[in-house]
Amino acid sequence: MKTFKILFVLVLALLAVSANAQGRYLTRTGHIKFYSHAPLEDIEANNNKVLSIVDLSKGQVAVDLLIKAFEFEKKLMQEHFNENYMESDKYPKSTFKGDFNVPDGLKSMDDGTYEVDVDGELTIHGVKQPLRTKATLKVANGNLTGALSFNVRVKDYKIKIPKVVVRNIAEEVEVTATFEYEPYQKN
Amino acid sequence: MKRLTILLCLFGLSFSLNAQGDLLSILDEEQDEEVNYTSATFKGQRLVNGHTVVTRKASELEFLISHRFGRINSGIDDFFGLDVANVRFSLEYGITDRITAGIGRNSLQKVYDGFVKYNLMRQASGSVSSPLTITGLSSVAIRTADNFDFAEDDFNAKVSYTHQFLIARKVDEKLSLQLSPTYVHRNRVLENQENDNLALGVGGRMKLTQRIALNAEYFYRLTEEQTNAFKDAFGVGIEIETGGHVFHLNFTNARSMAERAFITETTGDFFNGDIHFGFNISRVF
Repeated sequence: MKTFKILFVLVLALLAVSANAQGRYLTRTGHIKFYSHAPLEDIEANNNKVLSIVDLSKGQVAVDLLIKAFEFEKKLMQEHFNENYMESDKYPKSTFKGDFNVPDGLKSMDDGTYEVDVDGELTIHGVKQPLRTKATLKVANGNLTGALSFNVRVKDYKIKIPKVVVRNIAEEVEVTATFEYEPYQKN
Repeated sequence: MKRLTILLCLFGLSFSLNAQGDLLSILDEEQDEEVNYTSATFKGQRLVNGHTVVTRKASELEFLISHRFGRINSGIDDFFGLDVANVRFSLEYGITDRITAGIGRNSLQKVYDGFVKYNLMRQASGSVSSPLTITGLSSVAIRTADNFDFAEDDFNAKVSYTHQFLIARKVDEKLSLQLSPTYVHRNRVLENQENDNLALGVGGRMKLTQRIALNAEYFYRLTEEQTNAFKDAFGVGIEIETGGHVFHLNFTNARSMAERAFITETTGDFFNGDIHFGFNISRVF
């Protein structure tokens, strides 16, 4: 009888674990690009080491990236970005956490393209701000990819732009993100 | 047996609790530790007169104009030194992220100089940890103006060499310090001077605001010479940075900007008012 009990508990425990892990997809190589268009200069930076996870059963998403992993064409610009604007030693990360509606087809991972509304909080430069945007989730042959873009007002995140470079850096920066997710297994 | 059941139950519970944890904390765990190289130990390749550990990144070109006026205590006749100016122009190019080479020309004694700088070690934290940034510098300077103090002033007499180890640490966000053990070889000197000179440079940069910093630098000469005509070079400067430009407003007792000259042949006494005001203006392309 006791052996039965143990087995029962074990099965329950395993069930609980697998049920939770289901519907979760992770990427370590997400790509985020930002683009600043200003009268004197266009600036672009790319980060190919973005972490992101989605939970399709709950309709949750999270993004985590290191600011220093943004690469610029000009190294000096990259140094200024980290040192003077983002203060990367003080605020090494930027994160996003949000919820979205999960259409039925997406929940069961049917092939197709799904538009969802994401509502969450974006943290940049140590400042947390609400962010609401549309995202496209795509399922093809059991693979999940996500794409979204939105604008960030530099001022909202207390990033100071000195007057001398006001014509070099845009007040609003365009952020584009793409993620190719893989099923998430907890190690 | 009961205990085991409870244990297993707890195990199962904790597992499911864990898996239900915040998505951000999952990502936090998944994030591999990266190497975090310290950036911007110094903003330019010069502190006041001497080199910093900084090298230019690959295919960056720096155009540096430095100049020093005459002595401030020269009085109204020379308009407090502003009548006299000594200029150095140089082009300094990043061959790779860690190797920079440059050529320059000084108006004082019409000296041409060339240098190579190699970054040996970078201060880092994270998955790779190292406490210091170390850069080696070798430079050669060729004087083209005549020196009538020498009986024979052939080409050989006009050449000098400087080798430095530049060792720096960015102590915190605001403060960076540097030690610069220096060896200067002058092919020909006067009888009361030494051909080979050792010196130890110490310097630092203190950020005052996001874009303004205070720099200071001192070269302590370790080699004793018979003559006491020369002084240790000392300098302080305000650094202003705007995008690709770095401006230095310097006050120093050294007149020259060539290593040989300011390290071993500075004649001014800073605390006696023999101060040269000057700028370094750097533009990186």
